[in-house]
Amino acid sequence: MNTIARLTIAASLAISAFGVSAASATEVTFYYPVAVGGPITKIIDGYAAEFTKAHPDITVKPVYTGSYQDSVVKAITAAKAGNAPDIAILLSTDMFTLIDNDLIEPIDTLAKSEADHEWLKAFYPAFMENSQTGGHTWGIPFQRSTIVQYWNKDAFKAAGLDPDKAPGSWDEMVAMGKTLTKRDDSGTVTQWGLEIPSSGFPYWLFQALTTQNGAILANPEGTKVAYNDPKVVESAQFFADLSRKYDVMPKGIIDWGTTPKDFFEGKTAMMWTTTGNLTNVRKNAKFAFGVAALPKKVRGGSPTGGGNIYIFKTGDKAKTAAALEFARFLSTPERAADWGIATGYVATRPDAWETEAMKKYVADFPAAAVARDQLKDAVAELSTHDNQRVTKALNDGLQAVLTGAKPAKDAMDQAQAEATRILSAYQH
Amino acid sequence: MSDRLFRLLSTLGAWVFGLVWALPLLYALWAAFHPSAFATHFDISAPVTTGNFIRAWEAAPFARYFLNTVMLVIGIMIGQFVICTLAAFALARGKLFGGEILFALILVQLMVTPDVLIMENYRTLQKLGLIDTLTGVGLPYVASAFGIFLLRQTFKSIPKELDDAARLEGASTLQTIWRVYLPLARPVYVAYGLVSISYHWNNFLWPLIVTNSTETRPLTVGLQVFASVDQGIDWSVICAAALMTSAPLMLAFLLFQRAFIQSFLRAGIR
Amino acid sequence: MSPHPPRQARTINVHIQGWLLALPAIVLLAAFTHIPGIATIFDSFYATPHGKRPAAFVGWAQYQTMWTDPIAWTALKNNLLYALITVPLSIGLALAMALWVAGRIKGRSALRLAFFTPTILPMVAAANIWIFFYTPDYGLLNQITRAFGGGSVNWLGDPSTALPALMAVTVWKEAGFFMIFYLAALQQVSPTLYEAARMENAGRWTIFRRITWPLVMPTTLFVAVNALINAFRVVDQVIAMTGGGPNNATTLLLFYIYQVGFSFWDTGYAAALSALLLALLGLVSMLQFALLGRNVHYR
Repeated sequence: MNTIARLTIAASLAISAFGVSAASATEVTFYYPVAVGGPITKIIDGYAAEFTKAHPDITVKPVYTGSYQDSVVKAITAAKAGNAPDIAILLSTDMFTLIDNDLIEPIDTLAKSEADHEWLKAFYPAFMENSQTGGHTWGIPFQRSTIVQYWNKDAFKAAGLDPDKAPGSWDEMVAMGKTLTKRDDSGTVTQWGLEIPSSGFPYWLFQALTTQNGAILANPEGTKVAYNDPKVVESAQFFADLSRKYDVMPKGIIDWGTTPKDFFEGKTAMMWTTTGNLTNVRKNAKFAFGVAALPKKVRGGSPTGGGNIYIFKTGDKAKTAAALEFARFLSTPERAADWGIATGYVATRPDAWETEAMKKYVADFPAAAVARDQLKDAVAELSTHDNQRVTKALNDGLQAVLTGAKPAKDAMDQAQAEATRILSAYQH
Repeated sequence: MSDRLFRLLSTLGAWVFGLVWALPLLYALWAAFHPSAFATHFDISAPVTTGNFIRAWEAAPFARYFLNTVMLVIGIMIGQFVICTLAAFALARGKLFGGEILFALILVQLMVTPDVLIMENYRTLQKLGLIDTLTGVGLPYVASAFGIFLLRQTFKSIPKELDDAARLEGASTLQTIWRVYLPLARPVYVAYGLVSISYHWNNFLWPLIVTNSTETRPLTVGLQVFASVDQGIDWSVICAAALMTSAPLMLAFLLFQRAFIQSFLRAGIR
Repeated sequence: MSPHPPRQARTINVHIQGWLLALPAIVLLAAFTHIPGIATIFDSFYATPHGKRPAAFVGWAQYQTMWTDPIAWTALKNNLLYALITVPLSIGLALAMALWVAGRIKGRSALRLAFFTPTILPMVAAANIWIFFYTPDYGLLNQITRAFGGGSVNWLGDPSTALPALMAVTVWKEAGFFMIFYLAALQQVSPTLYEAARMENAGRWTIFRRITWPLVMPTTLFVAVNALINAFRVVDQVIAMTGGGPNNATTLLLFYIYQVGFSFWDTGYAAALSALLLALLGLVSMLQFALLGRNVHYR
């Protein structure tokens, strides 16, 4: 960065700081999705306090709104009641819904300086896919993730497998899963080979399978889906076969929340879950564990996931400016690194990985870089207009396949028909 | 079957049943008072701890949730007492033109409680600017058909002569209600109050929709926010939180068991 | 001027005073029950407004959507099942509990406590405890089934067991509540009736069928109607335990209304679904009048 650019930043910061301080102290309401409190709320509270120290005229009031699903409902309800948060972290896939309801500001129209231009370009492109549409940037990546596989090295050793090698392909995963599935004398399973959660938002984990099988679920405009593409049907069949044919995964719906617990308890030897669980696993696993990119079918890959920062339309210029300032603050390389280390989410920009803290962390704990390295194969998380409903069609179809209620083809055809009906309102 | 055998089997059945009924709560107590590692392993020598309660208490603003719930249930109860008393008196003693039809219309609310009409009621609150306020959570419940019904029954059973006597001494309508009806209906108010408190302490869907922030969230909603996890579950802490949110009502119930049961009986319906 | 106003004027005054006393209640009840009830039906004939596009009149279109919406049918079917199973089960168990606790049984107060305590618990708290109870493999229920040689059941994750699992929670919470009504009813039954029956050498079953059951009949009807109304308003445990899954196996009407209204923001369709719920509740109330007669309990 040259001196002039530096001066511009300093000047613009000074101006914005002055502009804000001209008004009385501005309070910014910040919705943050957290369910279990403890460490995470403490970190967020810490960021808010630190921010106020640097900007004495702005106070950030974090509001913890529960799960992602609860949070978007809360944010929309509050906004419709004229009580919108100024800034919120919500799923990146909520973008279309928030735009359609006319609730958020395009960030590129607020942040127009040259420094801002650089800022918006600083993030991993894979994360920006879910943050931009129609030529605008609507979200800033904050707690973003990919799906990774965790495996229990002790269990691998006990089963006679190489404890340092995770399955690299679907076939390998099934074969290893069979070796790892242990039964007692009565035939009851005491340890499963694998768990891929399927409660709540099964579409996300399923999208990893479809990506690996070479399918793309939705167009970038969010107006069309390909739920009954033969490759998608094949992936759904495979998802169900893991429990119903190969018998390496528990039958029925596997709960997202209890999957890590199952892993700690030794109930499953491998699990797929968000890299955001890394710190949790590191703290609670009482055995040696490994983290690896997901296995391949025709290619490797995972959808991205997790939350973006959105700035809501409130009609209050001072609050919007303050919210933007806070968004900048949350996404500096240093803070992205700090957040990544504290939680396991992928630090959202390449320069964050060049910070001293991050370098030291990765050297100490190489698993931390797995999700980042997987980004080159990552695709945008499924996101469309009327997102909740369109993904519900897929979720219902998947759960029907997984529980054996419907054959994969029928279920996916039905999901496609439902999604097409809903999306017909958005075809131009 | 001999009488003795029947009695034995019946007692045995009752006990098995009672045990089954108590099991979920006993299990929750076990998990809440032992370290997470023992949540699913039963071991008499497991150390007892209150750590889970402390962790839950620190992890979410439960103190605030308690305060919100207490303010909410007391506010609703006072509102109900005032509004239902006036209406019940009018229906029981006032010569009310069209009173029968009015009463029938009031009873509709026994079926169609405010949470059945969430969409419309939400919109009404929005127009009133009461979203995310405790007033908004309580307001739709303040005029309670059940309360009016219950108090009207009670007032009708109070001898008219007492009313007349008070009036002869020059008491106004409100004074008469205050001096004659309220004291005589006291047990009914206690019953209604207990039923109202336990109903609103436990109410969930409506406050879930209306509240957005920590400052207004009651315990039930706070517990749900706390228990819905994106990152793995710690059962011990969730059980501790669940028990904690129920504790005041449970303790009150254990202490005043007879009063509670009498109240529920007297009140008849929720 | 006469010391008393004319008789007619006084009557009018009394009427006005009566209405004034009832006014706050009338306004609030109208605002949160009657007007929204009517508005719901009205709204169900309009499309959902989108962005700046206002709601257009669409006639029966929302109801046609409902007719072809498999989830609406599933919700209705689940809800009817829920009512048909939980209501008789809760009532039967409540009566059994009351008979046990009313008699001279060892540990009577402990039993009464065990039966009644679940009633005091918030449903959300109970639901979270039961999720733990139902957890596959290490949840207590599966530890028990395994001790008896059974396999592990994924109670909430299998469409065939998920709805019954929710029903169990409802029965667990409601039976103890209904028990106290039966306890009161049993206290009213005159002991001489039983003595007379015993003199006739009537068997236990005969006594129950000929004396106890008919005498507690009004209580049974009263409890049944209340349980039925509650069954159509079940939603807390669905939100807390399953979110309506797997594949809508536990989606009930009020939950679906909540989802369509507050996650999909399809207010028009939510209104049509609410109208269906209102119609069902109306049906229950007609049943109530037919069974109880309006003079039994609501006078």
